Amino acid sequence: MDFLVFQYPMITIQACLDGLLLGILFALIAYGMALQWGVMNIINIAQGDLVILGGYIAYFMYLYGIHPAWGVIVSPIIMYFVGIAIYKLVINKVVDRDLFISILATFGISILFMQLMNFAFGADVVLANSGYGTTMLFDNNVVLPNSKIFSAFISIVFAICLVVYMKRSKLGRAIRATAQNARAAKILGVDTEKVYAATFGINAALCGVAGALISITFTIHPYMGLPYTIRSFMIVIVAGLGNLPGVAMSGMGLGIFEEFADYILGTEFRIGSVFLLLVLILVYRRFKLSRKREYLK
Amino acid sequence: MKIKNILITFVSAMALLFSTSVVSFAKVVGDKIILGAAISLTGKYSSNGVHTQNGYNMAVDRINSMGGVKVGGKTYKFDIIYYDDESNPKRAAQLAERLISQDKVEFMLGPYSSGLTKAIAPVTEKYGVPMVEANGASRSLFTKGYKYLFAVLAPANLYLDVAIRTAVELNGGKGVRIAQAFEQDAFSQDVRLGILDAAKETGSEIIIDDKLPKELNDMAATLVKVKQMKPDVLVVSGHTKGALTAIRQISEMKVDVPMLAMTHCDAAKLSKQHGKNSQYALCASQWHKTLTYKDDFFKDGMTYAADFEKEFGYDPPYQSAESSAALLVFKDAFERANTFDQKKVRDALAATNMQTFYGNIKFAPGGQNVDKPMVLFQVMCDDAGKCENKVVAPLKWASAELIHPVPKWSER
Repeated sequence: MDFLVFQYPMITIQACLDGLLLGILFALIAYGMALQWGVMNIINIAQGDLVILGGYIAYFMYLYGIHPAWGVIVSPIIMYFVGIAIYKLVINKVVDRDLFISILATFGISILFMQLMNFAFGADVVLANSGYGTTMLFDNNVVLPNSKIFSAFISIVFAICLVVYMKRSKLGRAIRATAQNARAAKILGVDTEKVYAATFGINAALCGVAGALISITFTIHPYMGLPYTIRSFMIVIVAGLGNLPGVAMSGMGLGIFEEFADYILGTEFRIGSVFLLLVLILVYRRFKLSRKREYLK
Repeated sequence: MKIKNILITFVSAMALLFSTSVVSFAKVVGDKIILGAAISLTGKYSSNGVHTQNGYNMAVDRINSMGGVKVGGKTYKFDIIYYDDESNPKRAAQLAERLISQDKVEFMLGPYSSGLTKAIAPVTEKYGVPMVEANGASRSLFTKGYKYLFAVLAPANLYLDVAIRTAVELNGGKGVRIAQAFEQDAFSQDVRLGILDAAKETGSEIIIDDKLPKELNDMAATLVKVKQMKPDVLVVSGHTKGALTAIRQISEMKVDVPMLAMTHCDAAKLSKQHGKNSQYALCASQWHKTLTYKDDFFKDGMTYAADFEKEFGYDPPYQSAESSAALLVFKDAFERANTFDQKKVRDALAATNMQTFYGNIKFAPGGQNVDKPMVLFQVMCDDAGKCENKVVAPLKWASAELIHPVPKWSER
């Protein structure tokens, strides 16, 4: 146990801001997962691998002398079509089967993607340099890499665009209708097949944005996808399905929680503490649920 | 349907026949000494696996073209059977078993990484197959009492020992304050143990001791602590991810620390990926091309690097150099043993005392090479932003003077 984080207020502020910026980025990935989970009832294990693939797109732009920040525009466009292709090839065959089948199928896609990326891009850890510099606050005591601020900003922009799109556009309405009741939507003339494909494509595009941002802020590697899948899975579990503001809040909350756990318990417990939190939340939910049931009796 | 079944049976029978007839090698066939190796050609270690394979192949070609191995008045040539272990320890152990019991290989070369070497060593030990390995540095490999394992490289606990000692020396012999962050894997934890030993011996104090997760991509918390506590030395080891993440975040967070020492800088292509931001980082390395060791086959490091680049199109990382050295050790041992008897070859290996372009090689009873110190290089950049790794310690091979303390970010 180390309470350094509370002894210096500057470290507390630093930890909060770091966690917040990190959480916003994770929330974007979780947002995509929540969307397709809600609409198609599919838990996509390959989520993290789509993120990494998006990161490689930005990385290759960087290699060819294009600023990697453009990746946040190019990467989602390419990834949208990758998403559609995955849907047409695999997902449409498992979409109305039970959850277990879709987990297996996306797990397979995940392994395939890892190996293909390893084959195509090599096993080296790579990153793209944005050259954005650093923001210093409070007399240089709190430092924020501009790349992280940029990532959080872009994530928020995309999230807002998506919310508006879902509310206003025809496809957005169709997606929401399908999520509420696919059969009823179908009867009322919604082409659910198209909606599913578009949902998967949008999810992949969000992963593409997140991947491009991760190549700028962190590092990418063909085998580094799984932690992103798990992180977004947890954010969705904590927030609950169909609760998009909840996803944003739980993303940021988890980010901050993680930073503090890192300072207090030590870096080695950083990820473990998040899992512990997940268990606690699930137990608490169950507890609350069973109490409610009694009350109803 | 029937025809299809018959066809399938026929094809599989043929495949079975071929597979058994093709793989029935023996240790020495005609004028060939056949060595076996499981290498990570796919999976997460595939880039270093390829470096290892290139190193082996380069040495095989060179030794064969320069007269081969003379045993019992006859000249033999080296040949290697490779299998892809998919970067998976279980698979590596299976393949070692297959190489020995099916392919009848009697001498082995090591795989890439400590983890895979650890998986293979019990197998080679069980069958009494001498293995010269070049890419497993973990200390635990050399404390198990293996008799048939020989490593041409220095053990992991010595990787950053030089850095601490240099820092203490620059501090006028007084102990320094050390901050360290290590990934939780066998190799990095061994490096950590080495630092603990060095700290104890020099009276240094460890003020931050962080363990980084395997999915390491963010060490901001550690760096904030470093900023606050102002240690004299920051030591980071977490393979290529660790090196890349550390430089990225140190430069972004403007962390000033007088000495930054790391591992895996050249594997991470640090100076290429980070350019000027990586300047002044100290890196532990098993080998550097400017070292002045010599042998008859590759002459010296510079010649080796030039020849390697001609053949494979890139500057050899130390993983390739040490792999090439493993073959030189085998050749030397075969000629001294003057027989292919496994036990005698093993004894000859144990008595190895030679110089190669890669360094001096002499094995301790545990199998590690005790005659080759680690070198430290420092990333140095010119004004145009072109960076180079220059050896700064030990002083005997230094091609540049150590820049210490590292200039503050505000002055760069």
